[in-house]
Amino acid sequence: MKITKKDIEYIAHLSRLEVDDSLVDKFADQVSRILQYIDKLKDADVSGAELMSGAALDTNVFREDIAHIPPGPSVTLANAPERDDDFYIVPKAVG
Amino acid sequence: MQFHELTLFDARKLLDAKEISSVDLVTALLKRIDDCDGDIKAYITVDEKGALAAAQKADDRMANGESTALLGIPLALKDLLCTKGLTTTCASRILENFVPQYDATVVEKLKDTGAVILGKTNLDEFAMGSSTENSGFHITRNPWNFDYVPGGSSGGSAAAVAAQMCTASLGTDTGGSIRQPASHCGVVGIKPTYGRVSRFGLVSYASSLDQIGPITRDVRDTAIMLNALCGHDPRDTTSANVAVPDFTTALDQYDAQGLKGMTAGIPKEFLAVKGLDPDVEKAFYDSVKQLESLGVAVKEISLPHTDYAVAAYYVIAPSEASSNLARFDGVRYGYRDTESTDLIEMYKKTKSKGFGDEVQRRIITGTYALSAGYYDAYYGQATKVRSLISQDFSRAFEGCDIIVSPVAPTPAFKIGENMDDPLTMYLTDIFTLSTNMAGLPGISIPCGHGKTGLPIGFQMMANRFDEMALVRAAYGLEQALDLKKQFPEM
Repeated sequence: MKITKKDIEYIAHLSRLEVDDSLVDKFADQVSRILQYIDKLKDADVSGAELMSGAALDTNVFREDIAHIPPGPSVTLANAPERDDDFYIVPKAVG
Repeated sequence: MQFHELTLFDARKLLDAKEISSVDLVTALLKRIDDCDGDIKAYITVDEKGALAAAQKADDRMANGESTALLGIPLALKDLLCTKGLTTTCASRILENFVPQYDATVVEKLKDTGAVILGKTNLDEFAMGSSTENSGFHITRNPWNFDYVPGGSSGGSAAAVAAQMCTASLGTDTGGSIRQPASHCGVVGIKPTYGRVSRFGLVSYASSLDQIGPITRDVRDTAIMLNALCGHDPRDTTSANVAVPDFTTALDQYDAQGLKGMTAGIPKEFLAVKGLDPDVEKAFYDSVKQLESLGVAVKEISLPHTDYAVAAYYVIAPSEASSNLARFDGVRYGYRDTESTDLIEMYKKTKSKGFGDEVQRRIITGTYALSAGYYDAYYGQATKVRSLISQDFSRAFEGCDIIVSPVAPTPAFKIGENMDDPLTMYLTDIFTLSTNMAGLPGISIPCGHGKTGLPIGFQMMANRFDEMALVRAAYGLEQALDLKKQFPEM
C-alpha cells in the first residue's frame, strides 16, 4: 500500500496530530514501507479463525455495587494544565 | 565485595544478619549512580531523598524484627509506572512534569513490602521502540560498550541492573521490551503470563499485550521478585484470579530433581529467520546442548504462522496505541500548547509538539489500520492471525514443557544504526513478540558473548501461568553456564 503525502495529512487529522511539514514526506515513505510489509497478512489463510482481541482469561469480571468516595478535584485536577477551581479550562470549543 | 555488587538474595542475607543496613546499601547504590550514570544515562529521575527516607524506614522495621523478601532492597522502576508524588514521564516531553496522584499496584506492593525506590529509568517514549533511542530525553548506553544500545524499550531498567546501579528493576514488555534489553545487557528478564501481574497504574501502550516484569542479576532474584509482583488485582479487569505459587520453590525443585523429565521444543521457523547472527546461533545451540546434558529432551517443533507475527503485531500494537494515546490531548494533564485559539488546534499542536516521531508514526499507522474501509483488511485480519499464532503455541505445548529460542537475531546494535529505518527495527522483535500475542510467559537469561564482547540472551517460553517451568529451567541453565558473575567493567 502506497501512502501519499495527502494520506498522511488526512490520517494525521483523524488522529488529531499536526505533523510538521518537514516530516510529512518521511512519514509517507516510512508508513508506506511498513504497510507494504504488513500486506503479507493478506496471504494468511484465516478461514475459520476466530478474532482474538486480547489475551486475558475468558471470564467475566464482577464487583460488588458499592459506592466509593471519589478523591475530589484537588487530586483529579492536580495535573491540569489550566484550571479554574474545580474546572478544567480549555480553548473555546463552540462558536 | 562492594554493596552495589550484591544480588537481591545476598543483600537480604546481609540485612537479616545485620551486617549492613538498608541505608548503607542505598547510599552505596546512589554513589554508584553518581559515578556511572553520567555515562550510561539509565535513569530519568533519581529520588535520592525519597530513597534514603524509605531506607531509614526499612531499617526501623528491621530493628523491630520484621523481615520480608524486599524490605530495604533498592529497586529502579521503568518510568512508565505511576509513582505517587514522583514524576512519571514515560520518556515523553508530553508528560515531562506529570506527577501521579496514585501508585501503580506493583509500586504499592513494593512499597508495602518495604522496598526502596531509587528512581525511574529511561525507555523508548511510551515503550515504543527496541533501543531506548526513542526517549524524549536522552539515549541510554549499553554498559558493556557505550557505543551500543542497551536494547529497549526497558533499556534503562536493564542497563541499571547490568551496571549495578540498582539491585533489581521493573520493566514492561509489549513485544519483547523486558527480554530483549535483558539479553543485550547480560541480565535476566521475565515477561510473566498476561494477567499474572496487575497493569493498574502502568501507562498503557497496547493494553492487550503489555505486561510488567522484573529484571534481575540472576534467576533466584527473578523468583523472589515474581513472588512480590504477581497476584490478582480487582483494579485491573484483565488481572487473572488464579493461584500464585511460591516461585522460589522452582529452584528447590531443580536442586532436587534437576531438569529430568522436561521437554524443550525448538521452533524450526525461528531458526530459519534471515539475518541470524552466527554468534547468536552458536550461543543458542551451545545452551541447548547444556540443557540436554541436564536431562532435557529436545525436539524440533513447528509454529507455522511465525512468518506473519511481526506484521500482525505491528497492526495490533499501533492500533491500540492510537486509541490509548488519544488521552494526551492537553486538557487533563501533561503538556499543552498555549498558542492555540480553538480546541481542535490545541489538541493537534499539543500532541505533535509533545510526542516524538516514533510515537506519531505508530499513531498514524494505527489510525490507518482502524479507519473505515481498512479495518477488516488490517485490524480484523491481524486479530485472526493472532488467534492462529496462539493456537500454534497451544498445539506445541501439548508435546513440550518449554519452547526455546534466541531472544534477538543479533547482539546489541550500534547507536544510530537502525534509527532511520523503523521497519528494520521492528523485525528485530521476531522472536519475542509472539509470546505477547498469545499471552504467554517468556524469560531471557545470559548465555554467552558475541565477538564484540556484547552479551547474548537465551529465551525460554512456557504455557500460560507456567512461570515455574521457566524459573526451574532457567535456573538450571544458569548453573550450567556459570555466567552470572560476569558484569561489565566500569
